[in-house]
Amino acid sequence: MKMFRQIGAVTGMNFRSLPQRVSTSLVVVIGIAGVVAVLVSVLAMSTGLIQTMENTGREDRAIVMRNGSIAETSSALDRDSARLIVDGAGIKRDAQGEPILSAETMRILSLRKKEDDSEVNAILRGVGPKLQQLRPELKIVEGRMFQPAVTEIIVGKSAHAQFKGLNIGDVVTSRGANWTVVGIFETGGDAHESSLMTDAETLISIDKRGAFQSVTALLESPAAFQAFKDSLSSNPGLSVDVVREREYYQQQSKTLSTIISVIAYVVGGIMAVGAVFAALNTMYSAVSARLQEIATLRALGFGSTAMVMSVLAEALVLALIGGAIGALIAWLFFNGNTVSTSGGGMGQMVFELSVSPQLMILGIVWACIIGVLGGLFPAVRAARLPVAMALRAV
Amino acid sequence: MTALVTLRNVTKSYVRGKQKVEVLHGVDLSIETGEFLALMGPSGSGKTTLLNLVAGLDQPTSGEVLVAGDRIDQLSRGSLSDWRARHIGFIFQFYNLLPVLTAEANVEVPLLLTSLSKSERRRRVQLALELVGLADRARHKPNELSGGQQQRVAIARAIVSDPTLLVCDEPTGDLDRQNAEEIMNLLQALNRSQNKTIVMVTHDPKAAEYASRELHLDKGRLTNDARRAA
Repeated sequence: MKMFRQIGAVTGMNFRSLPQRVSTSLVVVIGIAGVVAVLVSVLAMSTGLIQTMENTGREDRAIVMRNGSIAETSSALDRDSARLIVDGAGIKRDAQGEPILSAETMRILSLRKKEDDSEVNAILRGVGPKLQQLRPELKIVEGRMFQPAVTEIIVGKSAHAQFKGLNIGDVVTSRGANWTVVGIFETGGDAHESSLMTDAETLISIDKRGAFQSVTALLESPAAFQAFKDSLSSNPGLSVDVVREREYYQQQSKTLSTIISVIAYVVGGIMAVGAVFAALNTMYSAVSARLQEIATLRALGFGSTAMVMSVLAEALVLALIGGAIGALIAWLFFNGNTVSTSGGGMGQMVFELSVSPQLMILGIVWACIIGVLGGLFPAVRAARLPVAMALRAV
Repeated sequence: MTALVTLRNVTKSYVRGKQKVEVLHGVDLSIETGEFLALMGPSGSGKTTLLNLVAGLDQPTSGEVLVAGDRIDQLSRGSLSDWRARHIGFIFQFYNLLPVLTAEANVEVPLLLTSLSKSERRRRVQLALELVGLADRARHKPNELSGGQQQRVAIARAIVSDPTLLVCDEPTGDLDRQNAEEIMNLLQALNRSQNKTIVMVTHDPKAAEYASRELHLDKGRLTNDARRAA
């Protein structure tokens, strides 16, 4: 009890003298706010990417690719294989008794960003006629669905927002073909909203390709996956990999989100080291400015623990203020901002930065660590002050 | 009378650069309860070092320091802090008040180290401020008080926890003559009416006249010890 009273008393005195040390204290607050703002906003990219990818795909849909393919872009399935996949077990059938699946192919389209006119690669996905049964989440929000056998495309909502020349009626020219935009779709904010879609057969014939790249099938239930996979694996005419659609997209984003996280921690870490030194400097000068007070309190019988705790408490409070400001800046300026990036087999991916409460807490935890590290040595100095000598130096 | 402070063959040396400087050479001293001792001597004679040893602010290089029945030369740093809080009231040359606190909050500081209730602490603070004649300035901060008033607040802080020993390091060193006299009268009154034992370092012979005993130090040795009739 006595100890808490000591700590409270000394800490209270520290805070009351803060107005006299505003400028040096601000260095800590601003420094830490900067670290947290950068860390949280860069990590918000990774979180946003993961959220978008986790939002993509369903447990009851499976993607079939050529054996050994890491992504759809590196896969190829000939028409015979596609026909054999249709006979796989566990595929949901429509009212006419036909299996609900889509043999798909994709290619990269070169587009320009609205923001800075830079050239980006977007994905044009050729899909099968049962697209809307396969993907009930796909809704046309403007215009209409493309028709087969003509060069019409529909454009994802994010792609429409980010890239130039994708309004309804616009024509995208690529490899001698003129693709007319006829509709804009949304898919609940998943990765497909960054892409463009058309009829797979039209795309294949224009590209003079003979093969699809993947087949996505809707299963009777999530539990039917194993049966579907086993039926394809045991078919000697097929050499394919089968993965749940959700797992596939999570895997696709893994590398990129890891890279973004590493960048966040490296940049944040370097800045944090700087902030620790700023905090050290500030707290050392705070201790120096209060040398007389500290020596007097020590002479009167205040223990070294009270001194350590009071300096640490001050550093921690400054750090918390800085951390909260930094997290708030990240949230105000970056939460919900749309960015696009390329990576993996996904072409250009558009997603929202997500400054989640967890990220803000993480930023504040970093701030606290910086505060404690920056306050520790000055606190020890305050505690170890040779009282007699310090009193004489006053 | 009984000895409140006993020093036996106390030496204190410091290392400055590569040189060892001995400040006190085998000092023997006994201070009795109720004495008002003035420690005098030229600068560098070891007065403040001796005062610091008696007050438990510093440890001797060798010898014994016995104060209020405790061998304080054998106490750890932590125990010494607690011991000072129980036994010593400090009065410094430059008052050493905490600038952010009011007079009453400054006086209360030593009581925060006790288990007294808030109301009891307030009562004692009020009493101490009345004793030094500053009850009406309780809410003032140090920068709103004159030097003499600040030293009175410091005296109130020194006596509020009823310590065994008051140690004063040049208590009038920063004051004009009139304020110095008032402070010395106050210290003398505390010594005489409350039987407070006081050890005071001073350069000022006039201040020393208020003490009941005058002790002179020169180059780390006691040279003259004179008792004055009350």
